[in-house]
Amino acid sequence: MARYLLTRAWHSALTLLLSTVVVFLGVRALPGDPALALAGEDRSPEALEAIRHHYGLDQPLPIQFGQYVARVVQGDFGVSIRTGIPVSSMLGTALPVTVELSLLAIVLAAALGVGAGVLAAVRRGRPAEWLANGLALIGLSVPHFWLGLLAILYLSVAAGLFPASGFVPLLQDPVGNLHHIVLPAVILGTGLAAIIMRQTRSAMLEALSSDHVRTAKAKGLRPRAVITRHALRNSLIVVVTIVGLQLGGLISGAVVTEQIFGLPGFGKMTIDAVFQRDYPVIQAVVLLTATAYIVINFLVDLLYSVIDPRIRVTGEPA
Amino acid sequence: MTVLTVRMADAAPAGISRRARVLRRLRRNPLAVVSFVVLALAAVVALLSPWIAPHEVQQTDFAHTFSPPGTPGHLLGTDDLGRDVLSRIMLGARASLQVALLAVATSLIIGVPLGLAAGYFRSWDAVISRFTDLLLAFPFLIMAVGLAAIRGASLTNAAVAVGIAQIPGVIRVVRSDTLRLKSLDFVAAAVVDGASDLWVLARHILPNATSVILVQATVAIPAAILGEAVLSFLGLGIQPPAPSLGTMLATAQQFAARAPWAAVLPGVVIMGLALAFNVFGDALRDALDPKGDRR
Repeated sequence: MARYLLTRAWHSALTLLLSTVVVFLGVRALPGDPALALAGEDRSPEALEAIRHHYGLDQPLPIQFGQYVARVVQGDFGVSIRTGIPVSSMLGTALPVTVELSLLAIVLAAALGVGAGVLAAVRRGRPAEWLANGLALIGLSVPHFWLGLLAILYLSVAAGLFPASGFVPLLQDPVGNLHHIVLPAVILGTGLAAIIMRQTRSAMLEALSSDHVRTAKAKGLRPRAVITRHALRNSLIVVVTIVGLQLGGLISGAVVTEQIFGLPGFGKMTIDAVFQRDYPVIQAVVLLTATAYIVINFLVDLLYSVIDPRIRVTGEPA
Repeated sequence: MTVLTVRMADAAPAGISRRARVLRRLRRNPLAVVSFVVLALAAVVALLSPWIAPHEVQQTDFAHTFSPPGTPGHLLGTDDLGRDVLSRIMLGARASLQVALLAVATSLIIGVPLGLAAGYFRSWDAVISRFTDLLLAFPFLIMAVGLAAIRGASLTNAAVAVGIAQIPGVIRVVRSDTLRLKSLDFVAAAVVDGASDLWVLARHILPNATSVILVQATVAIPAAILGEAVLSFLGLGIQPPAPSLGTMLATAQQFAARAPWAAVLPGVVIMGLALAFNVFGDALRDALDPKGDRR
């Protein structure tokens, strides 16, 4: 187990280093002089010289990379070309919104997906299974940004149930915050719920036909007890696995959802940055996403070995 | 020697009888038949759309903007510039399928050889796994953002971003199928027979891995369709005035109060295409499953 975790830690560190190199080289791959791209409006020779010096663009590449890593580790992602605000403080206000949105989406998706998955497995061959399967297929096929558009159109604008856009910080007004964020979270969670439902269903079907469940039934344990025990134990593993695997999709989805609902999060910041050619922001966003992905997946693996004892023994994910 | 090789290949599980069995299973599954018919129709419409679309897609008509569906001459109405919605949907669906096929082809061209190598050569496995980890660390939208920043937004940008994002999935399924096939007797026999690694991979492993590759592709296409729609919606994909279902929805969002139908129709088409692929993919996976009916 210790060896497995050490290997995983080493792989994560290596991937992190490689992604930093990719992001670093990405800015160098920009057409033209990177100093010009980083300068934005002020393109006087003095300003360009200052930028070249600040970013070390007059130094050889390996040294530039070293300086870049040193700055990033200290949380210095440069200054936004458009707003003049340090990128780190922009991230400071944007990230909490995205994290809250994503966590709420995961919770809703897990509740919905596990519930429907268990129902589909238990009511096998009945209308309930068909309904759950059909909804899951639609959840996989529907463009979520479109679902968001329809929700705004019919639930927010026409019915007035939710605010169409905008945001209130959680600490300032928890109820208003929830009111703003619940609909985006539902929209973001639908795809995840569909995937969790399908996995839960097949995990449950397998568990229900396994020997120890048959033994439990033969012993006279009530079906409900059997189902609850297995549903709860296995579904936790299913949810953790899917969240790890689908993290990339979740991040992409959050970007789109924020854009549609006008939430001032990480995603909106990203899209605005692309259209304003705000390279320091784009660079920070890409690097931070990669880091988050790598770190969270490492944590998921750690969590895995806690939940699933088989991994502790074999050293390999089941 | 040749005789032995041929016999070994025939003993592999991808014989004619298996193909017939899979086709029979598909024909007996009504969902598979319906989704196949929908996809075939969509493919025909997409292929012929430049010729069968009722109007020129770029043709504006400012006297008749926001005509509702059912207007004579405009079955699905017109948009903010008076352009025919049906024609734009037909060409938009064509663009969606184009991007999806381009993306999936990209992911297969890069992912299949890497998956084969990772499964077959132990020494390559670690390197390719790190490469996969690296790709996974950049979610497709973030990848598209980076690519758009460097190369500018375009149809190709969308296809490349979606395609790259699908490479890890292809590598994973091909690698695990290669590992499985490598341990089977007929591959060992070919190796004993003196076949080169490349020959074994091309002649014995790849043909038998086609079914998992096929299933992977049918799951990847709907994901790519949704990916293209998202990117075009955000302005990172197909650029206006070229018709795209995603950009149609982005425009419709601005005029949703005036013309709600414009926000509904392109989405229905995207969902219909993705749903048909997903349903067919499920049916295909069940039909290919040697354990038979799982349902």
